[in-house]
Amino acid sequence: MLRWTRFNIISVVLGFAFLYLPIVLLVVFSFNESKLVTVWGGFSTKWYVSLLSNQGLLDAAWVTIRVGLLSATLATILGTMAALTLVRFTRFRGRMLFSGMIYAPLVMPDVITGLSLLLLFVAIGFDRGFWTITLAHTTLTMCFVAVVVQSRLLSFDQSIEEAAQDLGAPPVRTFFEITLPIISPAVFSGWILAFTLSLDDLVIASFTSGPGATTLPMKIYSQVRLGVTPEINAVCTILIAIVTVGVICASIITKRREVQRERDERAAAATA
Amino acid sequence: MGIFASRFYSRLVIIIPYAWLLLFFLAPFFIVFRISLSTTAIAIPPYEPVFSLADGWSGFWEKASTFSFDNYGYLTDDPLYFNAYLSSVVIAGISTFLMLLIAYPIAYGMAQAPRTIRPTLLMLVILPFWTSFLIRVYSWIAILKPEGLLNQLLLSLRIIDSPLIILNTSTAVYIGIVYSYLPFMVLPLYSSLEKMDGTLIEAAQDLGCTPIRAFWRVTFPLSLPGVIAGCMLVFIPAVGEFVIPDLLGGSQTLMIGKTLWNEFNANRDWPVSSAVATILLLILVIPIVFFQNAQAKAEERGR
Repeated sequence: MLRWTRFNIISVVLGFAFLYLPIVLLVVFSFNESKLVTVWGGFSTKWYVSLLSNQGLLDAAWVTIRVGLLSATLATILGTMAALTLVRFTRFRGRMLFSGMIYAPLVMPDVITGLSLLLLFVAIGFDRGFWTITLAHTTLTMCFVAVVVQSRLLSFDQSIEEAAQDLGAPPVRTFFEITLPIISPAVFSGWILAFTLSLDDLVIASFTSGPGATTLPMKIYSQVRLGVTPEINAVCTILIAIVTVGVICASIITKRREVQRERDERAAAATA
Repeated sequence: MGIFASRFYSRLVIIIPYAWLLLFFLAPFFIVFRISLSTTAIAIPPYEPVFSLADGWSGFWEKASTFSFDNYGYLTDDPLYFNAYLSSVVIAGISTFLMLLIAYPIAYGMAQAPRTIRPTLLMLVILPFWTSFLIRVYSWIAILKPEGLLNQLLLSLRIIDSPLIILNTSTAVYIGIVYSYLPFMVLPLYSSLEKMDGTLIEAAQDLGCTPIRAFWRVTFPLSLPGVIAGCMLVFIPAVGEFVIPDLLGGSQTLMIGKTLWNEFNANRDWPVSSAVATILLLILVIPIVFFQNAQAKAEERGR
């Protein structure tokens, strides 16, 4: 019984207004002619133009993108392995500890993760910079990937793998030709999630970075501390646009593939 | 076992992520604890090493006598730290409760929405989650400033005569936490409410329950796993929150995440910040274990 009553509609609409209004205002004021972020002075794209000449910001953006691409890829490989471990191996020594180490980083405050990783890097004498941020982000985001992929693996029909193996496919080939294509939408959304988490992170990156490696959130943060400017609004708007377009495309692709797969399965079942 | 019939591959799949997490997640905590027992020094890194693996067991016991709990003593002597821990837990607790009040009607409304629009609504809740935390917190500065958009609106509507001071107060921190973490609360609530069998409510009402009573006796208890998951997901990270109290809160809003950050970055006192982190972790261990058990149970149900 569905009751899409007036109360329900109002609470959903108000909830979404609360979630979106601040972001919409931020985007609107990035097109403000005036230097003040709270007084509208007419439409202008000059803040976007001035971004292009801000070398520090562009360098930071480049570092952030490289860290994001690399750490998301590593995290996807490790996270998928972790998800396979969680779902396929229900009992082995130390499984409790393993699942604990997957779930704890999801809620661990950033300051603790950041500080502890920094102290690890100092203890083993690792030079801080690009690589330490990448390793730190990989560690955090692989847990998110593991959770996303795990939920897909739980509904995975293992008899397909068995069929492939009965037909003579070795385990590795079965994984890459059967298992991976089927769970690929989840792996893909895990990658996207890892990439955006890395793109967003301020606290862990600040702790683990060294001289010469400044990420975009660190740059934004240091400027925000000096005050709100339309230029920061413009940077934020570009980031929001990238993430929004990326996530919407990803979800459309995932949806299409799921529908295609279902259709294929039905066709296969019909001909069998 | 399917593709994991081979012992070699199954070992490989377990060991690689396991070793990674042991090295980069678990081992660092021991290092934090170790450094919290050392004393500050003007050096790089700025602490006196306490013991290292190279010392072996005998070296360990030899140096055990030089362990210094001074940093912990320092934390208990200065009321600043106690107050920061206390107010972090209180602020996180109150925010979690407020979020539950706000998120429940949203999640409930979404679960009751026509099936066709539900994926879109879900997408709309998830989208802010992907958008940078820093940006979302930052967006509130322009709204809450004394000459900000909220005050402009209220002044022009003649609801208030003089601008409200919200930015740099605890109120702003509450708004920031509730706003930033809201999707984390809505999602688990929605997933437990969506699975619920609507006929149960009908049955309760047929048996003479008023709608409100039916809600408290049937709907709410059934959504409890979602409530617990949501509360843990927001409470634990909120206790150690740094960005929100730093950007929206003032000097009188004490939160331990900010204290730790300042201790580390401004005072460069690594041993004391390690001690602060160790105690914060001890405070959070119980809720984290609680959260993990809830997750493990959900995983069991998913099988």
